[in-house]
Amino acid sequence: MDNTAEVQDREDSLKGVGCSRKRKEDARFVQGTGRYTDDLKLPGMLFADMVRSPYAHARIKSINKEKALALPGVHAVLTAEDLKPLNLHWMPTLAGDVQAVLADEKVHFQYQEVAVVIADDRYIAADAIELVEVEYEELEVLVDAHRAMDDDAPILREDLVGKMDGAHSTRVHNNHIFNWQAGEKEATDRVFEQAEVTVKQDMYYPRVHPCPMETCGCVASFDKINEHLTVHLTSQAPHIVRTVVSMLSGIPESRIRIVSPDIGGGFGNKVGIYPGYVVSIVASIVLGVPVKWVEDRMENISTTAFARDYHMTGEIAADKEGRIKALRVNVLADHGAFDACADPSKFPAGLMHICTGSYDVPVAHLNVDGVYTNKAPGGVAYRCSFRVTEAVYVIERTMDVLAQKLGIDKAEIRRRNFVKVEQFPYKTCLGWELDSGDYHTALEKVLNAVDYDALRKEQQEKRTQGELMGIGLCTFTEIVGAGPSRNCDILGVGMFDSAEIRVHPTGSVMARMGTITQGQGHQTTYAQIIASELGISSDEISIEEGDTDTAPYGLGTYGSRSTPVGGAATAVAARKIRAKAQKIAAHLLEVSENDLEWEVDRFKVKGVPGQEKTMKEVAWAAYNNVPEGMEPGLEAVDYYDPPNFTYPFGIYLCVLDIDKSTGETKVRRFYALDDCGTRINPMIIEGQIHGGLTEGFAVAMGQEMPFDEQGNLLGNTLMDYFVPTFVETPHWETDYTVTPSPHHPLGAKGVAESPHVGSIPCFTSAIVDAFAHLDVTHMDMPHSAYRVWQKVHELGLDKRA
Amino acid sequence: MAKQHVSFKLNGKQVDALVEPRELLVHTIRETLSLTGTHIGCETSHCGACTVDLDGKSVKSCTVLAVQADGSELKTVEGLADAGGLHAVQKAFIEEHGLQCGFCTPGMLIRAYRFLQENPNPTEEEIRWGMSGNLCRCTGYQNIVKAVQTAAKTLQQA
Ligand code: FES
Ligand code: FES
Repeated sequence: MDNTAEVQDREDSLKGVGCSRKRKEDARFVQGTGRYTDDLKLPGMLFADMVRSPYAHARIKSINKEKALALPGVHAVLTAEDLKPLNLHWMPTLAGDVQAVLADEKVHFQYQEVAVVIADDRYIAADAIELVEVEYEELEVLVDAHRAMDDDAPILREDLVGKMDGAHSTRVHNNHIFNWQAGEKEATDRVFEQAEVTVKQDMYYPRVHPCPMETCGCVASFDKINEHLTVHLTSQAPHIVRTVVSMLSGIPESRIRIVSPDIGGGFGNKVGIYPGYVVSIVASIVLGVPVKWVEDRMENISTTAFARDYHMTGEIAADKEGRIKALRVNVLADHGAFDACADPSKFPAGLMHICTGSYDVPVAHLNVDGVYTNKAPGGVAYRCSFRVTEAVYVIERTMDVLAQKLGIDKAEIRRRNFVKVEQFPYKTCLGWELDSGDYHTALEKVLNAVDYDALRKEQQEKRTQGELMGIGLCTFTEIVGAGPSRNCDILGVGMFDSAEIRVHPTGSVMARMGTITQGQGHQTTYAQIIASELGISSDEISIEEGDTDTAPYGLGTYGSRSTPVGGAATAVAARKIRAKAQKIAAHLLEVSENDLEWEVDRFKVKGVPGQEKTMKEVAWAAYNNVPEGMEPGLEAVDYYDPPNFTYPFGIYLCVLDIDKSTGETKVRRFYALDDCGTRINPMIIEGQIHGGLTEGFAVAMGQEMPFDEQGNLLGNTLMDYFVPTFVETPHWETDYTVTPSPHHPLGAKGVAESPHVGSIPCFTSAIVDAFAHLDVTHMDMPHSAYRVWQKVHELGLDKRA
Repeated sequence: MAKQHVSFKLNGKQVDALVEPRELLVHTIRETLSLTGTHIGCETSHCGACTVDLDGKSVKSCTVLAVQADGSELKTVEGLADAGGLHAVQKAFIEEHGLQCGFCTPGMLIRAYRFLQENPNPTEEEIRWGMSGNLCRCTGYQNIVKAVQTAAKTLQQA
């Protein structure tokens, strides 16, 4: 074997960055030995269940617990009155608002938590909630966000009457939460006044729910003797939970242990802190025994963490060639009854100001008004990075509308407006610095792969035969990896993340991070990063996350931040170890540090073949033979505060056919090219993309949470709420380009959310495209068969000859 | 409520339990018998996370009463592997990256195990229909389809 082959073999045996190695977590999952929150059973554990409001807006006149308390096996029934002395009947939200833990005199949305029953088991608890008698006086309900700020709109938040200083701006109406603007209004307006062409499109992004397969839940366990609280819960951010619980309860953080065990999918649903967690903790403290709370599917869809619900207007001013001169976006944001959006504190509408997309936009203005309605609180990033899905939707839709107005092909209009490769790093007019990208190359790759011209020709022919075929295109830029602590914090804690790596004497590794996997495969990919940095096989590297007693403080996993922030911390911590290892190697080889070079898994003395020390040899020496004055051991911690976000991008193309008699859509082809910079595990990336595309498909084609006028949520079971099965889900084709991030230690960007963010406008683009020759410019989601058929019918296309 | 005695074979072993007449089989399996591989995603028979094998049929154990299982033969995900190691469907799911968060996985595996006995040589379309009672929010199904195909091949060669 020649030398290069031998080096390559060693490199391959590491199973490091770039390797599609199988996942380290799978063996336990396929044997049913994963450990999820509801699997936990502690001695003496009781079960909590919620009494919920049937009304969306009502005054609570009385609550009678007697019958429930009389039921054998019931230990307690708690209401807001019981929490008041502890000052826990309200809690702060992540968005600077407060939220009722249990309804305090009034209910503000249907299914709001009114009382909690603690009983021996879940059956008795379920019986008991039926026995709690609550008398309500119904109040006028506000469902339509457009009516929220009318003079005669009902007052929702009595606790805020007269408090016109909101967390983010002055409030102009009692149902107003904030006004938030980015960009230059006057300069933008001026361009619009003089523009050769302008387009304007209203669009509604429906309220949807992330709906992971595992619902939210917790097991709280307070040890009275040691005054120590342990909570196992389904959280995407366990450290933040510890801080909040400490702030609320007064228990020092050192006596609180939060554990996120295995999590059955999160997608944003498990970022928030929910009343169920708080009351379980209180109940455990009061009763001195462990208390479990696990929501059922209806509770999950109805109450914990909705997403979207944005009424948006996109406007572009352009010249006749379709070159963008200005962008204007107006949003009416329905945040429900309490503003519990999970965004970095400074951004009440998340990172919506990434709405300039992949385009060179000279000037723009974004205006967002947030309002209260009688709907559940939430506003989480459903597989996206803080309202980026909404931002991408509005720009991509409006671009299509502009293309249509000018009669320019939608691929061509994008080509004309893309930020060019030589413009990176590119400062957007709304203040972001896009780190890297090559949009033109990616677009051409996709158009060639699908033979775009041939598809357009085919569509032309189909149209002459009266058939409906649509081609959708989306060329998105995401912003992920929150984030630089200069502009991103949650409750004042900077959004850095962390890694702690320990190399054992025999050269295997244990590492812990402040993030938490929910299916993304961190135990595999973080191990791969360390493997490549330290020259130790990823098979010998164990990764642990989610236990605040052992893991370094981190902000958790959402907004595709694990690879950009946690992955960077991991790489930097590993590099600190390698730097120390180099000193030890130099000492062992009796040369100067600078005489050494690194090769895969060992330090070699430059120019002296055979003089070398492997990382494993160095690890052993770190515990018995270090240079004079050096402390023994081989470990490092890094808290990584990213200098910037990362900006992954993608080009998605969808081809679909619509059945005119039923409105049913058949996705014939979906081609997704993603660029997430350096690819750590291509197999996992592809899996994440399949999953994200499927969730995007769900949102575009069927998911919605409709309310009637009384504020009743119509459809909160899996019967009504659309989760695609094997049968509806299209076949996905994936592709990639690699444009590394210049500021990330590995050049990597986040990826798992891009397919969700990018596919949704692509589906709408394709649906609308099927009708574009009939002057249709936009159709609101969801594109269910019935709604598509309504359009077909409205246009008279279903008439038989 | 007076408890009933039930007895069934679970993963090859005879087990006994005292259950309330209204108790769902999934709760008996998870809580009384402490096999937590079988999951709950909805309790309304939509998601399939609770799928178990009951007398040679896939059933959703959230929609079966424990008393109905009396005298039956049950298999859960914990019963798939044997002394020879992981079952072909388990190996294939790892091989083809057919799982992410793992929550739907036990139900998927036990369904795939039965499905491949019902149809040892399925087309992709047949797999998609045959597995459609099980939902997954993570994988987009494509790699699960591949895993079932791979398992089918392995089982046919065996
Ligand atoms: S829990 Fe049984 S089908 Fe969902
Ligand atoms: S792997 Fe997470 S639901 Fe299927």
